[in-house]
Amino acid sequence: MATLTLRDIKKSFAQTAVLHGVDLDVRHGEMIVIVGASGCGKSTLLRIVAGLEAATSGDVIIDGQNVTPLEPADRDVAMVFQNYALYPHMSVFQNMAYGLKIRGMPREEIIKRVDEAATLLGIQPLLERKPRQLSGGQRQRVAMGRAIVRNPKLFLFDEPLSNLDAKLRVQMRAEIRHLQKRLRVTSLFVTHDQVEAMTLGDRLVVMHAGHAAQIATPMEIWERPADTYVAGFIGSPSMNLLPATLLEGGGAARLDGSGLVLPFADGARGGAAGRKLTIGIRPEHLRIGQGGLDVMVELVEPLGGESVLHGKLADGTALTARLPGATYQDGAMGVILPLEFLHVFDGDSGKRIEAGR
Amino acid sequence: MGTSLDVNALADRTRRRQRREAFVTHACLALGVLIFAFPIYLTIIGSTHDVNTIGRGDVPLLPGGEAAANYAQAWGVGGGRFMGVPAGVMLFNSVIMAMCVAVGKIAISLTSAYAVVFFRFPFRMMFFWLIFITLMLPVEVRIIPTIQVMVDLNMTNSYQGLIIPLIASATATLLFRQFFLTIPDEYVEAAKIDGAGPIRFFIDVILPLSRTNVAALFVILFIYGWNQYLWPLLIVNDRSMETVVVGLTKMIGSGDSQNEWNVIMATAVLALLPPVAVVVLMQRWFVKGLTETEK
Amino acid sequence: MKKVYFKGIALPYFLLLPQIIITGLFFFWPAAQAVRQSFLREDAFGLSSQFVGFENFTDVLSDPTWLDAAFRTLLFSSSVAILALGAALFLAVQADKHIRGADTYKTLLIWPYAVAPAIAAVLWLFMFHPNIGIFGRMLNALGVPWDYKLNGDQAMLLIIFAAAWKQVSYNFIFFLAGLQSIPKAVLEAAAIDGAGPMRRFWTVVFPLLSPTAFFLMVVNLVYAFFDTFGIIHSLTQGGPGKATETLIYRVYTDGVMNLNFGSSAAQSVILMILVIVLTMVQFRYVERKVHY
Repeated sequence: MATLTLRDIKKSFAQTAVLHGVDLDVRHGEMIVIVGASGCGKSTLLRIVAGLEAATSGDVIIDGQNVTPLEPADRDVAMVFQNYALYPHMSVFQNMAYGLKIRGMPREEIIKRVDEAATLLGIQPLLERKPRQLSGGQRQRVAMGRAIVRNPKLFLFDEPLSNLDAKLRVQMRAEIRHLQKRLRVTSLFVTHDQVEAMTLGDRLVVMHAGHAAQIATPMEIWERPADTYVAGFIGSPSMNLLPATLLEGGGAARLDGSGLVLPFADGARGGAAGRKLTIGIRPEHLRIGQGGLDVMVELVEPLGGESVLHGKLADGTALTARLPGATYQDGAMGVILPLEFLHVFDGDSGKRIEAGR
Repeated sequence: MGTSLDVNALADRTRRRQRREAFVTHACLALGVLIFAFPIYLTIIGSTHDVNTIGRGDVPLLPGGEAAANYAQAWGVGGGRFMGVPAGVMLFNSVIMAMCVAVGKIAISLTSAYAVVFFRFPFRMMFFWLIFITLMLPVEVRIIPTIQVMVDLNMTNSYQGLIIPLIASATATLLFRQFFLTIPDEYVEAAKIDGAGPIRFFIDVILPLSRTNVAALFVILFIYGWNQYLWPLLIVNDRSMETVVVGLTKMIGSGDSQNEWNVIMATAVLALLPPVAVVVLMQRWFVKGLTETEK
Repeated sequence: MKKVYFKGIALPYFLLLPQIIITGLFFFWPAAQAVRQSFLREDAFGLSSQFVGFENFTDVLSDPTWLDAAFRTLLFSSSVAILALGAALFLAVQADKHIRGADTYKTLLIWPYAVAPAIAAVLWLFMFHPNIGIFGRMLNALGVPWDYKLNGDQAMLLIIFAAAWKQVSYNFIFFLAGLQSIPKAVLEAAAIDGAGPMRRFWTVVFPLLSPTAFFLMVVNLVYAFFDTFGIIHSLTQGGPGKATETLIYRVYTDGVMNLNFGSSAAQSVILMILVIVLTMVQFRYVERKVHY
């Protein structure tokens, strides 16, 4: 149990800047998921917290102590690696006992702790085996066991589920969440999978090109994404983003291309007429009907209970819809955009514009 | 953790320790480099002085002025107490031997490995094990009977005698076999569908894929051929056929102080240039090849 | 084995032919000859030979000078192996760290591979010759009576160092590759678990390096047994006295200088058996111990 504070973490490799100043405050027992596409800097951030990389500037503060200059061994953190990084020449028991042995714990205490963790994870029968004799899921559990026995201040997870098959991934996801809640250890979990992010995190940090684009709870990120990147990243299929222009008075926007006028249901936005906007609407919020946009549907993907329709607007802009049922055909279709589900972003910066701004 | 004071002290110790460790690492590596460079350096310096300076025992640490004269003599005339052989001649012999051994071994091993991997025929595995066993028979162990065979075949004192027996050993064949086994079956199937026969396949697919291995092996085998000692020593009596490695030691004789050390050192430097050049220029392939062969 | 192959048997035989012929002529035939000769003894004039069973072998194995040479070879080989392996491992560990110029250091430590054993010997001779060598003279000036032409122990010391010096590069390359094949994440996990650099080395790196180390040990021993012939021949010719005469050098002196073919052949066969045993042990052990 510990708090974690990141203060203006910057990192550059040679001339390339990878992190541009990340701030984060993590509470006791919180599970923070750091999510983003490859190359956004999320793993680097995690490794800086672990001490495996040194930040170019900025501070890492664990439980009020500035640990920035300290080696990983002195930070009292535990990490689960993407490839598990188990010691190949040691048995499962020895893998889990290693960190405790180093800290000079008495043998009986070590056995007790390892047993407890092994029971928790269901791996007692594997204690004498070597890593190469284990399946992927088993190795993952051992890696977690190794972290659990240490009773550290922080758990750090570096994309631990990426190497598992889909079914196992879902199962382990639930187990990890369950475990973390039970042990109440402050955790950082890095992933590129937005489903993992949404289901695991108390709060999410959406990383984009070295910046934290948004730090909020999953639902907040889904309902009010801070910019077009976050809007497009969370939610599948991605939110539709349509270029538009602000109308005189700020109470509505006209879509470029189709000319459709969309009044804002929650209030006017600031700015002169002609201000460039991007209007967002999620595929699952579109409805069939006349009076909205004319879409030429080119591909229907039936998923069973619903279908995903891929089409194009008159001016060539792509549009995706997720609609219930399975009775859709290619061809022309009319969709309406329910006004209460619109998202308004600045056309140049991509930042979200709330009513009254 | 302790108080903020403890953390600061720990941080300081860590920083100091990291700096100290980097320094120690550099020092150790620099020392290592020195230990390997120093003998060469000394020899190069020695080759630029006149015979009396060295013979007297005034070991020079800085270059002298006799470089041109020494190297000219070494190259063209030879040195040492006993009627020396010009280094030019010896280097030529060494180059021929090393090149032919390297190229010959590569060629033979490519075809043998190809036969063993891509075909099925009676006694296939027996032939493979026969070749494999030769790994365990370094030339020194069967030296005298092999000389006898050479004498019987009238191959002493000749390039063929120097080269051919060294061509057949197993390392290269094993390397290529291992590599060929990793080539996916689909390549052969695609070739068959395209109508390519085994020879076409070998030329158009296998050879290009083997490029890195061939480069690595070339370095290893060139060095192997160049550095041969016992074999050229015994197979060659005619001094004009001497290789430079053997010739160098003959120049020294029993290590008398009265030797023409300056010329000998110049010859040593000349003897080192080609193999070192090959290793340094092709270092990347070479290291890759070495560490993949033996594993 | 590959599942897909080309039809036909004429071509493969043809492709194999060069290697088989040369292997047969220059490997198996002489090896068989060596074995055959080891059971024969020639008369004083070299005119006829007589089958003597295992007599050559028993003579060799009970010859005190041969046993001396065997013991000496053991001493020489283990010293060379330990020295060359220890130095190479140490340098490889240092070179594996992420410091500036690591690649330059590596290049500078790899090139000595190109130096022939015989030339290494010559270089060391230049340094340690009692009259013209910088260290030779230095030792004498400091009061140490250094002359390896007269002092057997000094001669042994010299060839050990020359032989080890030459072999470090080869070991260095393999140790470096071995170190780089250890997944970085495993070492990071150890660091996070609280292990400092020394502990990480002994509890994680060294055990994972053991297949490489074992393989190299066998290679180094074989090198010390056979390839060092050039060093001994250039520097000491087995002398002074028999102080640096190793088993392989004896094969040479008995066979080529003294023309005692029977004994030399028997010695060759004994060495052959030794190499075969070493190589087989190496293959068995390395196959079993590779972890991933």
